[in-house]
Amino acid sequence: MCNCANGNIDKLIPQLAVITDIRTDTPDVKTFRVVGVDGKINFDHKPGQCAMLTLPGIGEAMFSITSSPTNTEYKEFSIKRCGTLTDALHSVEVGQQIGIRGPYGKPFPVDTEFKGKNLLFIGGGIGIAPLRSVINYARDNRDDYGKIDVLYGSRSKEDLVDYEEMTNEWVKSRDFDLHLTIDREQEGWDGHVGFVPNYLKELKFDTNRIAIICGPPIMIKFCLAALIEMGFDKTQVYTTLELKMKCGIGKCGRCNIGSKYVCKDGPVFRCDELDEIPNEY
Amino acid sequence: MQKIKLENINELLQSMAQIGKVYAPIEKAGQVNYYEWNKDAKLRLDVLNTVKSAKDVFFPQTEDLASFKTEGKEISIQAEKPLDEDFAVFGVRACDVKSFDILDKVFIEENTDEFYKARREHGVVISHACNEPEETCFCTTFGIDASAPKGDIETYTVGDTLYWLPVTDKGKEYSAKLGNILEEADESQVNKQKETIKAIMDKLPLKDVTTQAFGAGKTMEYFDRPEWKELSEACIGCGTCTYVCPTCQCYDIRDYDTGKSIERFRCWDSCMYSDFTMMAHGNPRKTQTERFRQRFMHKLVYFPDNNNGEFSCVGCGRCVAKCPISMNIVKVMKALGGK
Ligand SMILES: Cc1cc2nc3c(=O)[nH]c(=O)nc-3n(C[C@H](O)[C@H](O)[C@H](O)COP(=O)(O)OP(=O)(O)OC[C@H]3O[C@@H](n4cnc5c(N)ncnc54)[C@H](O)[C@@H]3O)c2cc1C
Ligand code: SF4
Ligand code: SF4
Ligand code: FES
Repeated sequence: MCNCANGNIDKLIPQLAVITDIRTDTPDVKTFRVVGVDGKINFDHKPGQCAMLTLPGIGEAMFSITSSPTNTEYKEFSIKRCGTLTDALHSVEVGQQIGIRGPYGKPFPVDTEFKGKNLLFIGGGIGIAPLRSVINYARDNRDDYGKIDVLYGSRSKEDLVDYEEMTNEWVKSRDFDLHLTIDREQEGWDGHVGFVPNYLKELKFDTNRIAIICGPPIMIKFCLAALIEMGFDKTQVYTTLELKMKCGIGKCGRCNIGSKYVCKDGPVFRCDELDEIPNEY
Repeated sequence: MQKIKLENINELLQSMAQIGKVYAPIEKAGQVNYYEWNKDAKLRLDVLNTVKSAKDVFFPQTEDLASFKTEGKEISIQAEKPLDEDFAVFGVRACDVKSFDILDKVFIEENTDEFYKARREHGVVISHACNEPEETCFCTTFGIDASAPKGDIETYTVGDTLYWLPVTDKGKEYSAKLGNILEEADESQVNKQKETIKAIMDKLPLKDVTTQAFGAGKTMEYFDRPEWKELSEACIGCGTCTYVCPTCQCYDIRDYDTGKSIERFRCWDSCMYSDFTMMAHGNPRKTQTERFRQRFMHKLVYFPDNNNGEFSCVGCGRCVAKCPISMNIVKVMKALGGK
């Protein structure tokens, strides 16, 4: 029977989607392509927004939409295996149907504050997922932005998510520099070695740019400190917060921190906004 | 205003039940909670605070959201329908009536919750004035008048009589459907009673509890206060305070495999629990102190921040009466607010 006759479908109810492609990025990260069962994307989004993915009986979790909104054919999610749902997702095959709901959260201000500016992306590990959406959006609207620098690091060469796309496609973009680093020396790696915050200091960027940091909390903390040391103002720096989420719409209470709900007031925050919320992340 | 003798209240409830389901304070196994009324139910209109609050009627402790079926790689999703029938909740005290306003701000104003909204639209709130406010009550702190509760219909017990006053259009329509089971009455008895109740309220032990020190914009002022440690020291994280609270809103979403289908349901949850914020890379609220602080900061600072200064507490006193270690929002306000 149709549910639409009386009352609207609630926001907590997922839509049906299907996984059309699975790419193994690293030993523990796979990237999933997702479209609605009618072959179209389930909803539009903006860079930095997230969606809830469901496998019935296993659970539901929030993931960054890593594909750019300029890609209207499918959505992509880069998912790190680290628990019940992500384990299960890593074991499914192409053709598997899933539940999806969203988009959630405040996006990066790509059409306002970022416009016309030089952009410095700083990512660590799976933290590249939300950045990739912005980076590809900026590449697809190249004239709207100035110089783009991407500083990305992981534990090892094998742990660099999106390595192929970065080294084959991104580097060919106009006014684009890619700075990769891994934590420890490794055979077959002649690039930079060292932690992201240290590499950031070595690269000596001037402050004529917006910086966007995504990664583990400790990396965010040290990178922000490094940027401040380099003369950046907090209003020039953006980051994302990650707290446990269940509803995605500011009601279940899980992601509440101070007066903010990270699911709807974030996950994107300008770093001066973080001064207004308690350090509980 | 209308009235009916209390000895005939079952006839009134019978007529109400013909209009739609009626939830009322009913005693089961020695505890009074809001249950659906039937003629064998033990109505306890005299009991002030039910164990669980009346929010259960609009935001149930557990409810199904959707049902999934899986076959190979395929899934089907059947969404649960929002409620589509009228009902009444009878006997709601002034504090619990006020809690519905607070929950409306959470569930209706932004990103509307369709399940909650449907229940609110279909539910008639019939309140009941408190003749004998208890020692744990401090509704007056929040400007709530227990002698004159709000609601679609207000009711009052005076002696052996129940007085009935429809206020809103919804309440008037509902009353009109009852036929002539109620007889006309004048308000003098009720007005006299209100004065008596007010005199009792003025003598309650918690009447001077004040929220003055709290409210919007005070996050940084209170977050790092050393008192949190001592206040939370004995808290066992049982979550009782959150489950009995009419304004607590937190919930969990889970799946349950019935063997035939997978039911996705939501249920109340508690910020007092250690796994509430547990994530793959750790827990941002590591000790009970942080969880305890979250509950009270939310009610006294964060909620006011987002809701024009309104607090997320109605002074019902349930947490005062039920906490196994006798810790509660009153003690927190006194310790931090200096009164
Ligand atoms: C805004 C946002 C964006 C995100 N984007 C991404 C993304 O792009 N890619 C990505 O991979 N992830 C992302 N995440 C994280 C993601 O939502 C999941 O939290 C994460 O992937 C783990 O999910 P899971 O269900 O598999 O793990 P869970 O089963 O929840 O387990 C996670 C870990 O916590 C432990 N754990 C769980 N419950 C308990 C408990 N009660 N007691 C003790 N330990 C416990 C488990 O043992 C495990 O180690 C994002 C999160 C947010 C909030
Ligand atoms: S915090 Fe305590 S007194 Fe306030 S509404 Fe909740 S249960 Fe009642
Ligand atoms: S404050 Fe009291 S009722 Fe609440 S969780 Fe702690 S011990 Fe339980
Ligand atoms: S995820 Fe429920 S409030 Fe943010």
